[in-house]
Amino acid sequence: MPSIWTFANPTRFMAVTQRLVPAFGGLAALCLIGGLIWGFFFTPDDYRQGATVKIIYLHVPAAFLAINAWFMMLVASLIWLIRRHHVSALAARAAAPIGVTMTLIALVTGAVWGQPMWGTWWAWDPRLTSFLILFLFYLGYISLWGAIDDPDTAADLTSVLCLVGSVFAVLSRYAVNFWNQGLHQGASLSLDAEENVADVFYYPLLVCLAGFLALFVALVLLRTRTEIRARRLHVLRLRERMADA
Amino acid sequence: MIRLILRDLALAVRAGGGFGLGLAFFLIVTVLVPFGVGPETARLAPIAPGVLWIAALLACLLSLDRIFAIDREDGALDLLATAPVPLEGVTLAKAAAHWLTTGLPLSLAAAPLGVLLGMPWPGHLWLTVSLLVGTPALSLIGAFGAALTVGLKRGGLLMSLLVLPLYIPTLVFGADVARRGADGLDPGTPLALLGAVTLGCVAGLPFAAAAALRTSLR
Amino acid sequence: MRLEARGLTVGRGGLPVLADLSFAVEAGHALILRGPNGSGKTTLLRTLAGLQRAYAGEVSPGSDAIAYGGHRDGMKGQLTVAENLSFWARLHGLRDITPALRAFALERLDDRQAQHLSAGQARRLGLARLLVTGRPIWCLDEPTVSLDAENTGRFADMVRAHLGDGGIAVIATHIDLGLQGDTLDVQRFRATLEAFG
Repeated sequence: MPSIWTFANPTRFMAVTQRLVPAFGGLAALCLIGGLIWGFFFTPDDYRQGATVKIIYLHVPAAFLAINAWFMMLVASLIWLIRRHHVSALAARAAAPIGVTMTLIALVTGAVWGQPMWGTWWAWDPRLTSFLILFLFYLGYISLWGAIDDPDTAADLTSVLCLVGSVFAVLSRYAVNFWNQGLHQGASLSLDAEENVADVFYYPLLVCLAGFLALFVALVLLRTRTEIRARRLHVLRLRERMADA
Repeated sequence: MIRLILRDLALAVRAGGGFGLGLAFFLIVTVLVPFGVGPETARLAPIAPGVLWIAALLACLLSLDRIFAIDREDGALDLLATAPVPLEGVTLAKAAAHWLTTGLPLSLAAAPLGVLLGMPWPGHLWLTVSLLVGTPALSLIGAFGAALTVGLKRGGLLMSLLVLPLYIPTLVFGADVARRGADGLDPGTPLALLGAVTLGCVAGLPFAAAAALRTSLR
Repeated sequence: MRLEARGLTVGRGGLPVLADLSFAVEAGHALILRGPNGSGKTTLLRTLAGLQRAYAGEVSPGSDAIAYGGHRDGMKGQLTVAENLSFWARLHGLRDITPALRAFALERLDDRQAQHLSAGQARRLGLARLLVTGRPIWCLDEPTVSLDAENTGRFADMVRAHLGDGGIAVIATHIDLGLQGDTLDVQRFRATLEAFG
C-alpha cells in the first residue's frame, strides 16, 4: 500500500487529480442540482419561518465550508511547515479564495435570512460577527500571499500566519461570545437530536452539503493544479533566463 | 536582551518622535470624537471606554512597522540574527521596547483623556489598568505582524490588515474591563481573560515572530 | 580551527546561484572571493553566516563561530561610537572595547554620534565591530568600500593580525589586500541547469 505522501509528489498529484477533478465536479453538480430542487420545491414551508427557511440549503453548507476551508488550510500549512511538500502549500493557497467566497455567501445569505426573521439585515450576533472576523482573517491571509514574490518565503510566512490566525480566530470566537450573547438559532446540524432541524429539511440539506463539499474539493484540486502549472511556468522562465545568461 | 531593550529605548528617546507621535495621535483622535458624535456627556460617557481603547490601539499600530524595519534597513537585523542571542529573545526584547515607548505612555495618558470624554470616576482607574494589562499583547501581536511584513517594500498597510483582526480579543476584553469599571460593575472576569490573552501572547508569539523573521531574512 | 565547505549549493528565491562548491581554509589563512557583481558572493557569505539555508551540502564549523559583516554595518546614528560598539560587545559576551577602538584609530571619536562620522570613519566603526564579536571566522562582504588607501591598509593590518591569532577570514573584494591565502573565483561554480533539477 503506497503511503499517502506519494501524492505529495507534484507529478503524481497531477496524474491522479486529472481524473478526480471531473469526478468531484460531476458529483457536485448532481448533488447541488438534486438537493436544491428537492429542498426548494419538495419540502413544506416551515410553520414559523415560512418559505424563507429554504435559504438554509445555501447558508448552512456555505457556513460549514467557510470554517472547514480554514481548517483545511491550517492542516495544509502544518504539513508544509513540517514535511515541506510543495503541493500542500499550494493547496492551502488554492483553498483561501474559495473559503473567503464561502464566508461571503454565508454572510450574505445570513443577512437575507435575517431580514424577515429578525427584522434586520445585520445584527452583532456572536455567530455573524465571528464570520465577519473569519472573513477578515481570510483577507489578510490572501493579501500576504499576494504581497510576497518568492514562493517558498510566501508559503512559510502564510503558514505561520495561518497557525497564529487559527489560535486568534478561536480566541475571537470566545471573546465575541463573551461580548454579546446572541439571537442566532442553535446549530442546524448536530448529533444532538433536539437541536436538529426536522427530518424533512434534514435530508435535502445533507445532499446540498455533500454537493458543496464535492464542489469545494473539485475547486481546490483544480486551483492547486493551476498553481502547480503556474509554478512550473515560473521555473521554465527562470531556466530560460539562466540559459540566456 | 536587556541591552537590546536599553538600546531601543535610547534610540527612541534620542530620535524623538517615538513617544511623542503616538501620544499626540491618541490625543487628537480622542479630541475628534466629540466633534463626530456631539458634545453631550450623556452621549460621550457611555462610549468613552471603547473609543479610548480603539484610539490607543490605533496609536499603537502607528509605530509598529518601525519595530524591525529600521534595523532591517541599516543591517542591524542581520547582525542580530547572527549574534549569540535567540531570535525569539530579540523579538521579545523588541516588543518590550515598543511597549515601553508606546503602550506604557498611552496607558498613563488615558485617564486624563477619559476626563475629556466625561467618563465617571472609577472608570479612569480601570481604563488605565486594562490598558496596562492589554497593551503588551498589542505590542507582541504587532511585533509578529512586523516580522511577517519586514521584507516587503510597502508592508505598512498590509501589516495593518494582518494585525488588526488579531487585536479583536484584546480589544473585546480590554474595553469590557474599562466599561464595567465605568458602570460600577465588577471587572474581574474580563480582566482575568485580558491577562490570559497577554500571557498567552508572551508565551507563544515570540516563537512565531522569530520563525517569520528567519524566513524574511533569507 | 578550519573552515570547510563540502558540496555546498547556495541560492536565492528558490534559484540556485552557486552549486557544488567545496573549499577548506586553514587557521591563519584568508579566502578571497572574486567574481562580478551578482555572481553569488553575497549569497555564499550569508549562507556561511547562517542567514540563509544552504540548498545542499554542509559547512563546518557552524555559524556560531562566524562573524558576518555585510554591506550595511548596523550602526545607529543616534548612538555614540562607544555605545554602538559596547552594545555589540555585550551581546557577544565581551566588555572591553578599547582594543577594537584602538585598532581602527577610533579612540578620539568614541563619544561622537555615529551619524556625524565621515563615510570612512563609519566604515571603520562597522569593521571594529568584528573585533568585539570574539569569533574566529570573519565573513566579509566588500569590506573596503568607502575606505581610502590609508584605511584600507589599516583594515588589511587588522585582518592580518586576526589571521596571525589563528583566525580565518572569507572576504569578497575586488582589491588586493596582500593576505596569505587562496583566491576563489565563484564564477567557476555558477549553478548550471542540471543543478536546478
